Amino acid sequence: MSLGESDILISNTELVPGREIVEFYGVVTGNTVRAKHIGRDIMAGLKNVVGGELAGYTELLQDSREEATRRMIEQARSMGANAVVNVRFATSSISQGAAELFAYGTAVRVR
Amino acid sequence: MSGGQTLNLFLNIGFPIALLVFAYLIGSLIERRHFANIRKRESELRGFPVTTFERLPERWQVSSAGLVSGSIVVSLDYFKRVIAGLRAIVGGRVKTYEPLLERARREALLRMTEDARRAGYDAVINVRLETSRLANAAGNGNSTAGVEMLAFGTAVKLERR
Repeated sequence: MSLGESDILISNTELVPGREIVEFYGVVTGNTVRAKHIGRDIMAGLKNVVGGELAGYTELLQDSREEATRRMIEQARSMGANAVVNVRFATSSISQGAAELFAYGTAVRVR
Repeated sequence: MSGGQTLNLFLNIGFPIALLVFAYLIGSLIERRHFANIRKRESELRGFPVTTFERLPERWQVSSAGLVSGSIVVSLDYFKRVIAGLRAIVGGRVKTYEPLLERARREALLRMTEDARRAGYDAVINVRLETSRLANAAGNGNSTAGVEMLAFGTAVKLERR
């Protein structure tokens, strides 16, 4: 998974290991709401009988999380930050069949 | 007993039982194979430092850092869902769910660690685990009982340890 592949440094620690924080820009967030499409739902429904990994859903949530992270990074970049620290993820079910993926962190400048 | 009644009996009782047996056999097989696969990959990754600490030991010189993550969505088989539903009537320990969550968590951690190793990192620190129920995982036994497990942490490259 390519959450960390970007010119902006992403870390879920409060301090970036090996770097020093010189400026704080505030909280940046990114979200996306996704619904499953019907084909995947039927496949997952069949897979649901025997249990195990629902690969379609794994992939869908991963893509969504990357999208949310990308939006968070965009916001950080527009503020002039070069790193986002203390990143957290949240998932919430907002209705039947749709989920919100949410990423947030603190935009900072590191040296 | 007429042919119609026999057919009815089969559809009403036989089919659900056959489905239960089928789900039990295939579900158990999938679970056993998954656990064997997890154990094998875990032994391959032994020695790769993965910690829940926020900080590294002082003498470790970090050259770069980045976020890594791993996730999986798993669901319980039909048989075990029925058993869990029955268990919910009397309460107590729901044994059928425990291995499901355990294997999901171990799989998510493995994917995260493999991701870090593939990208050339030397260790993962500040690992966090999150569990979320998917939207249509309603309480009754008929819907998707999907659970997502997410593991994420900060991967670091070391100059020297």
